[in-house]
Amino acid sequence: MPQVANIAVSILFDGLAYAMFLFITSVGLSVTMGLMGFVNLAHGAFAMAGGYVVVTLTRTYGVGFVPSLVIAAVVVGAVSVVFERVLYRRLYKSTDLEQVLLTIGLAFMAIATATYLYGPIPKSVPLPEWLQGDVNLGFRYFPSYRAFLIVLGAVLIAVLWYAFERTNIGAKIRAAVDNRRMAESVGINVDRLFTLTFAVGSGLAALGGGLAIQLLGLSPSFAVLYLVLFLIVVAVGGLGSLKGTLLAALVLGIFDTGGKYLLADAGGFFVYAVTVVVLLIKPAGFYGRE
Amino acid sequence: MAASDTIGGTPRQRATDYLLRRHRFRMAEALPWLIAIAVFFIFPTRMTFGSQVLVMVMFALSLDLILGYAGIVTLGHAAFFGVGAYTVGLAAARLDWTEPISGLFAAAIAAGLVGFVTGWFLLRYRGLTLLMLTLATAILLQETGNLRSDISGGYDGLPGLTFKPLLGVFDYDLYGHTNYLYALTVLAIIFFFVRRIVYSPFGQALTGIRENVRRMHAIGSPVHRRLVTVYTIAAAIAGVAGALFTQTNAYVTLTVFDFDNSAKVMVMLILGGTGRLYGAFVGAAVYMVLEDYFSKLSPTFWQFGIGLMLVLAVLFTPRGILGLFERIGDYLAERKRS
Amino acid sequence: MAALQVEKLNRTFGALPVTRDVDLTLERGARCALIGPNGAGKTTLVNLITGVLKPHSGRVLLNGEDITASSQADRARRGLARTFQINQLFRGLTVLENLCMTVGERDGHCNNLWRSSGSKREVIDEAIGYLDSLRLTDDALKLVRELPYGRQRLVEIAIALAQKPRVLLLDEPAAGVPSSESHLILDVVAALDPDIAVLIIEHDMDVVFRFAKEITVLVQGAVFTQGTPAEIMSNEQVRAVYLGQEGHRGGHHG
Repeated sequence: MPQVANIAVSILFDGLAYAMFLFITSVGLSVTMGLMGFVNLAHGAFAMAGGYVVVTLTRTYGVGFVPSLVIAAVVVGAVSVVFERVLYRRLYKSTDLEQVLLTIGLAFMAIATATYLYGPIPKSVPLPEWLQGDVNLGFRYFPSYRAFLIVLGAVLIAVLWYAFERTNIGAKIRAAVDNRRMAESVGINVDRLFTLTFAVGSGLAALGGGLAIQLLGLSPSFAVLYLVLFLIVVAVGGLGSLKGTLLAALVLGIFDTGGKYLLADAGGFFVYAVTVVVLLIKPAGFYGRE
Repeated sequence: MAASDTIGGTPRQRATDYLLRRHRFRMAEALPWLIAIAVFFIFPTRMTFGSQVLVMVMFALSLDLILGYAGIVTLGHAAFFGVGAYTVGLAAARLDWTEPISGLFAAAIAAGLVGFVTGWFLLRYRGLTLLMLTLATAILLQETGNLRSDISGGYDGLPGLTFKPLLGVFDYDLYGHTNYLYALTVLAIIFFFVRRIVYSPFGQALTGIRENVRRMHAIGSPVHRRLVTVYTIAAAIAGVAGALFTQTNAYVTLTVFDFDNSAKVMVMLILGGTGRLYGAFVGAAVYMVLEDYFSKLSPTFWQFGIGLMLVLAVLFTPRGILGLFERIGDYLAERKRS
Repeated sequence: MAALQVEKLNRTFGALPVTRDVDLTLERGARCALIGPNGAGKTTLVNLITGVLKPHSGRVLLNGEDITASSQADRARRGLARTFQINQLFRGLTVLENLCMTVGERDGHCNNLWRSSGSKREVIDEAIGYLDSLRLTDDALKLVRELPYGRQRLVEIAIALAQKPRVLLLDEPAAGVPSSESHLILDVVAALDPDIAVLIIEHDMDVVFRFAKEITVLVQGAVFTQGTPAEIMSNEQVRAVYLGQEGHRGGHHG
């Protein structure tokens, strides 16, 4: 294969894998922010918590990697409900500032707790054999782990799309994102919907955190470092939009990967430049309501 | 005349007097300055740290204009601090422009310009969009610096900068005495400006935007222009704070643009109390002293404590330390009366 | 020349037309009421006139000048004031500051960053004048949020008056106020400067018939009919779509 095409395929493949990670981790944040307009800067902390649950399960208890991912998602999803009921709930009607402060505070506490328990050094996980090495896709070899991410992402997108577009609960969520007051007046319990989506969203974030260990490395600062990316995906995609979150994850994932391939020094420059351009043209994101 | 604001006078007189006198200096306002001067004599060996506190007070004060008075939440205020810090740093390292006071002016102009341009574009938006755009601005500046690390020095920064003696006379000493007095003087001048602005009709209009922007539009206020104006001023002041940071530390690295730096200054301001001028003093001083003490003990513990403080502040003392004092004062006055 | 003229105004939300070909004229000193069932698009019309919303077609003229493209603030500075159906006040500021701010923005004082806001005595005196006229002076130094809702409603009107408007749009000025207090607000409305053109949205037909010289009935976003109170009262169709449905033409304030 010619060199240029080879690089282009690599960028697309790695970018796609990265985009799937971004989508899985951010989608819950997008829906909860769309529902309640709640600025949740602790979302990255839920992802980080998921990562550490996976580390503990695999390293200390010898649980397999994939079962650990599932357990992490369930555990973190369940714990997040406690936070939602006890803390978040009080601030639904508060200002952006108070929500920002409360959730930054929670993120700081989470980082400190993780540092205390696991130390500041990045952790790794033992992967099952079938996720190591490369996989042959006929015309080229690709890293198995990234292929796994892409497949998993595609499956989750299909499931979420079905849940969102075809089920009763999905219809209620869409109605509530669209017009909360109207939804309440026709008898939809938005509070309970919110708790549900919050739990699912945090669980998915935890799954994303588990997946990120191999992809990006996991240290306590993960909670804030990648939070910015999740928020950008949400803002660029448009609050509460599944389609928008996916599109934003793809655009940002591929731009970031491409930028790092072609111009290693540029770091995150491309992601932020794209963000600024998109938001200046479409302040509510790709599919957000103006 | 003097009695009218205490007991006598018609409601009309009392109301008029209140507005006529509100902006006058009160005795209590001398307190922070007296403390700052006392610190100079009591802790002569901690002047480098003291200068850092003063720099952060100035930084928090600039944020107070935007956040406390105009009610605009940003996550990228470090952008302007960074521009100021690098204006002075680059001028010294690359252009050999080491005169400190002209450096401050250059930093104010550079940061003010960045504030004006970004503010003009960004301040049309609210909520998450604005948070993201301000955050992205700071990171873009940082990444730009990293792209041209041949000029900026990248994350290794520009170490070992030297500056000409102040006013050509006062040289810098090992203990940072000159720096402390220099920073205190600049802070006093900046504070004087900020205080005038806060009590001006323009400052009042800012509180109007914070309290109800729909009403501001309805009474004919050019809201965008007001916001861009205050954003530019705050950016310039943050730039001066950044420049002082570089000058008093004699180095600067790209970490000044970190999200952490934006978050930290916001935490300080919230801790002290927003929209009340002296909140920046109390917040920055309390935060820095606690950080200095606890982070030596255990940085992890300190980070947890900061997080916990934020959560508690949001839930229980939304008006910061100064607000808490006021509430205690009100409570005591109430008890005295009954 | 009419103080306010609205020509063929149209606006949709999504596929739903909320304002359809609305024509409306307020002469100088007019006393006009806008009535219609809930969801008729009355507040939307006010929002279109004041520039909160942009119309999709049609024109708005203020004293003969086309202001369709002007910003809200620009319209306000040209003498178009409104009150809101739900209070929009500076709740954390004192009543006096609410008024001083309005006077300050009206006269451009708020462009000044240097002079103290207390140093212009005449601004304070004028602000207190408006408070006096609405008997709010005793509350001048209270924060707005500490006032009972009925008094806040008066501050809402005081602010609109402090803009020295040529045209004043009152969106249900007595809404949310207990009926024992609403007469206070309606007395204020009745005593407005006869030079100001006033458009009032009001559900209480007693008030409408006492106050207005002309009435416009809005149904489903379009002007259903316009006329004098006597004409409207005797219009069978209006009674069918609106008065009958509301069922309190005789009123309950009596």
